[in-house]
Amino acid sequence: MYSVNYHRATSVVDAVKKIKTGDAKYLSGGMTLIPAMKTRLAAPSDLVDLNHIADLKGIKVSGKTVTIGAATTHFDVANDEKLMKVCPALCALASHIGDPAVRHRGTIGGSVANNDPAADYPSALLALGATIVTNKRQLAADKFFKGLFETALKDDEIVTAVTFSAPAKAGYAKFPNPASRYAMTGVFVTKGKEGVRAAVTGAGDDGVFRSKEVEAALTKKFEASALEGVSVPSKNLMADLHASPEYRANLVVVMAKRAVMAANA
Amino acid sequence: MGIEGIGARVARKEDKRFITGAGRYVDDMVVPGMKHAAFVRSPHAHADIKKIDVKAAEAMPGVIGVLTGKQLKADGIGNLICGWMIHSKDGSPMKMGAWSPLAVDRVRYVGDAVVVVVAETKGQARDAAEAVEITYKERKSVSDAVEALGKGAPQLHPEADGNLIFDWGIGDAAATDAALKTAAHITRVNIVNNRLVPNAMEPRAALGHYDKAEDHYTCWTTSQNPHVARLVMSAFYNVAPENKLRVIAPDVGGGFGSKIYIYPEEIVCLWASKKTGVPVKWVADRTESFLTDAHGRDHHTTVEMGFDKNNKIVGLKVDTIANLGAYMSLFSSATPTYLYATLLSGQYNIPAIYGNVRTVYTNTAPVDAYRGAGRPEATFVLERTMEIAARELGVSPAELRRSNFVTAFPHQTPVIMCYDAGDYGTSLDAAMKQADYAGFAKRKAAAAKKGKLRGIGMSCYIEACGIAPSAAVGSLGAGVGLWESAEVRVNAVGTIEVLTGSHSHGQGHETTFAQLVNSRFGVPLDSVSIVHGDTDKVQMGMGTYGSRSGAVGMSAIVKALDKVEAKAKKIAAHLLEADEGDIVIENGQLKVAGTDKNVPWFQMALAAYTAHNLPQGMEPGLKETAFYDPSNFTFPAGCYICEVEIDPETGKTDIVQFVAADDFGNIINPMIVEGQVHGGIAQGVGQALLEGAIYDGSGQLLTASYMDYTMPRADDLPSFQISTSNTPCPGNPLGIKGCGEAGAIGSPPAVINAITDALGHENLTMPATPQKVWAALRSGSKH
Amino acid sequence: MSEVSLVVNGRKVSGAVEDRTLLVHFLREHLGLTGTHVGCDTSQCGACVVHVDGKAMKSCTMLAAQASGSTVTTIEGLANGADLHPVQAAFKEHHGLQCGFCTPGMIMTATDMIRRHPEGLDEATVRAELEGNICRCTGYHNIVKAILAASKTMSKASKSKAKKAA
Repeated sequence: MYSVNYHRATSVVDAVKKIKTGDAKYLSGGMTLIPAMKTRLAAPSDLVDLNHIADLKGIKVSGKTVTIGAATTHFDVANDEKLMKVCPALCALASHIGDPAVRHRGTIGGSVANNDPAADYPSALLALGATIVTNKRQLAADKFFKGLFETALKDDEIVTAVTFSAPAKAGYAKFPNPASRYAMTGVFVTKGKEGVRAAVTGAGDDGVFRSKEVEAALTKKFEASALEGVSVPSKNLMADLHASPEYRANLVVVMAKRAVMAANA
Repeated sequence: MGIEGIGARVARKEDKRFITGAGRYVDDMVVPGMKHAAFVRSPHAHADIKKIDVKAAEAMPGVIGVLTGKQLKADGIGNLICGWMIHSKDGSPMKMGAWSPLAVDRVRYVGDAVVVVVAETKGQARDAAEAVEITYKERKSVSDAVEALGKGAPQLHPEADGNLIFDWGIGDAAATDAALKTAAHITRVNIVNNRLVPNAMEPRAALGHYDKAEDHYTCWTTSQNPHVARLVMSAFYNVAPENKLRVIAPDVGGGFGSKIYIYPEEIVCLWASKKTGVPVKWVADRTESFLTDAHGRDHHTTVEMGFDKNNKIVGLKVDTIANLGAYMSLFSSATPTYLYATLLSGQYNIPAIYGNVRTVYTNTAPVDAYRGAGRPEATFVLERTMEIAARELGVSPAELRRSNFVTAFPHQTPVIMCYDAGDYGTSLDAAMKQADYAGFAKRKAAAAKKGKLRGIGMSCYIEACGIAPSAAVGSLGAGVGLWESAEVRVNAVGTIEVLTGSHSHGQGHETTFAQLVNSRFGVPLDSVSIVHGDTDKVQMGMGTYGSRSGAVGMSAIVKALDKVEAKAKKIAAHLLEADEGDIVIENGQLKVAGTDKNVPWFQMALAAYTAHNLPQGMEPGLKETAFYDPSNFTFPAGCYICEVEIDPETGKTDIVQFVAADDFGNIINPMIVEGQVHGGIAQGVGQALLEGAIYDGSGQLLTASYMDYTMPRADDLPSFQISTSNTPCPGNPLGIKGCGEAGAIGSPPAVINAITDALGHENLTMPATPQKVWAALRSGSKH
Repeated sequence: MSEVSLVVNGRKVSGAVEDRTLLVHFLREHLGLTGTHVGCDTSQCGACVVHVDGKAMKSCTMLAAQASGSTVTTIEGLANGADLHPVQAAFKEHHGLQCGFCTPGMIMTATDMIRRHPEGLDEATVRAELEGNICRCTGYHNIVKAILAASKTMSKASKSKAKKAA
């Protein structure tokens, strides 16, 4: 790791003030940023730690409306009883991010702001039609995720919460990369007032995306059988050591089936 | 067997320190004034070094020294060597290219060390390493061994024309060709044995300390054989004469072969310590380990196996190209020759065998012995071929094997080895029974109902451990003898220290070796200490690899114990005024047989040291040394059966059952032996399903971290069902064969045979990743 | 430089460290607690797992400065004096370790796992929850066995405690 200056923010306002130092970066759970710094792939001059801002933590459920503070850990999302009642799919997703130690520390805000193309949460937020709340504005997930590690966030902008209305049905299934265990393909499906949405992570060349083909099939019938014979184009899917675009295209459909089964279970 | 003696399931003595965080590994060592090293490594697979500019680095904060290969050479440090001479078929010696601990004018793989920086902290050393400016002129590179032998391939070393290190043969080529001509059926197979990275969980590390006052060096290093390290660093690398160099291998966090070799880093840390005047520590990070630890396997092989009309094997012809990487590592030449081709007879009667092995330089990390070393490659060749032959011939894989088993011993194979004892049918029967082989069809049908493809596969392996005798390995080209030493010190109060040249890095020697002493003298385990891993304490030893610590290391202890026992009995006989021949040792007492006259062990020991009343002319004290040189290899063997279920939608393979039935001869501690088998199987399953080192076209290692190299994790594996049978080894006093590598040797073909059984065709290479199995389901013809 | 102060294994400790110092290096190099190990660079092997404020975390993926103000338990602080923690005892009894390098992280992960599953554990759950801890020696067979055994021992112990209290 290169040298870095550590700052602990006491409030969002304090964090915004501190981020103006040098080439500073916000630090949430640090589960991606710190490994990147250790291997010298990331080299911020300063870190502004958001973990001690009480306002950023916690989950509120009011009717169907769910609000999750940005500094809420994966472990807390996975085990929140109120959330489990309205959107168990999100709890299940959180319970399979990384490993137990990572879940104790990694946060939803960090994951969303980082927008790793193999992270789980972006697919959920996209499929849930969630809103990303920052210290400055509210952004629809459709507008927020911009590509590989790219979001609509401005330099000093902080994700403070995500909020969504829990759909009638939701399910997630992922096929992990055998080595890293990140999603090699993960599909989050929802069926709500505004219809069916299916978002894919881990597979797209340009990060998380919605699959037209899967959505069209599931709109007809929200059952795994509706996906029999459906294929998604392999164009614009990622190629790496562990999966070709064609294999990923297959996994999109298979994981979509399993996500629907989970949603209907 | 007593409650603590041979055969007892004793919990390990060494565990106390490991489970409380008190283990002491090299990175835990702190020496006053110690500083930290970072290596500047080649980012290119193949390039000329045009210029090295260290000025900017020297000016960085905390920097104590920035040292280059030129300085190292000027100080007379030697090149790294391969210690086993192989001659080609034409009689010419192997072509060893120069490997400087720090590259001087050319780099040959990504990770080749070029410059070392010593600084106050590890972070500062790394910061400064980035400031070293090296100008390279890139050359064309090659990472595949078959391509490296091809016309127009880039040439790595001037010594090795066409990158060929040697072209070696074993067996009778003419007789094999003639036998294959008579065959009623020939099975032909092309096999790739995938390249693996050993990945001991403790990364390699070295701490070099030059003591100016004594003109003496100490090296703490992650080594499986500190004495060999001292010998080689003295005799070949000119670091310091043996009497001026102490090598300590404290707790070592796994080796699996990768910590046998002497690497550039320990040489450089010692040299740099003298050069800079401070103790120098280097600890690899994981990516450095991936890039520079010796890799394993990486063979391309074609096989022809001929059968007569009764399905008896008539001949076997094997042609192998082995990738040895950019430089010849310490034992790299022996692995694909004497540890590989000599095992090509497997458990079978094969009248004629010919094996041809060509070894090749490529722009990749050096390749050397990794758990099993040659024997997994031989077993994979044979056991894939047998399974495919059974499928082609339409006979049961078990029966084809059984009808070709060697059943009479000793058995001389056509490829040097003489098997001394074994009972292959018993292992096969045990494994088939445990696996409910007969009930497989039902399970397959049940799986099909769930939409899963189920397959079963077996592998009957043999291996050779305790490489010996020294005179024989010497005649085959080994640069060292492969004996072991032991010293047994009985202290004046009767406690015992056993000094051994074997090194424990997970094998539990502190327990098993003490169990041996307990069996002999009845002394409690707590009163026996095993001392190892320090050249200043143990006079000489050959270390631990090739499953040799039991068969060779413990045999040396037996010899020393024999001497101690003889002297102890003389002392007791004198004290008890009895005949020496009537003394027996039981429950910690030396007794006159058939009487109640006795002298306790500790009292005898005290008498040896007070020397007030010893037999006429006897030297005081009770301490004996022995060297043991085995008369033959040992031959563990067994049968493994793997059953898999494949998810056809994703290609993911689950191992639903894994059965191992091994014959290791006599066993000291069944609990520890089981642990060795579990670990070996996990590495073998890892090779078959998960692991593979991949270089891209420009020689970059794509699998250089756990993000890309698939390590077996807990949920990749089932619990294993294992059992042992026992035909004692006649070649050593304890009847031990060795158990450290069997799991890694026997399991890969069992897994692949199971998957190909489920797939219905043979078109699959290791590792059988989900993507590959998914693709294989969509291609290839049914068999 | 940052001034950090923590409670480690029940003892108040503090020190001035470079801001880039990872918690694992603070423990190993400043406090001499070398039982916590580093086995990879990518936060995957789990040799560095400790408990921070009662939860298993990877001390290689956290700055010492981030941990300032926290309570940390390392492998050295798990046993109660000479009495081994039940998880430590189970690892020894069931031969859940060989070279010992991954062992501290395994034991800290296992302890946390058992705490989170007072209802008991089964083999599939143990294997799934070991995702962040890599062992190269044991094939996990005896680690799984040891954790299941320790979980049983500890739930028995807590039941008998509850009984006594009642």
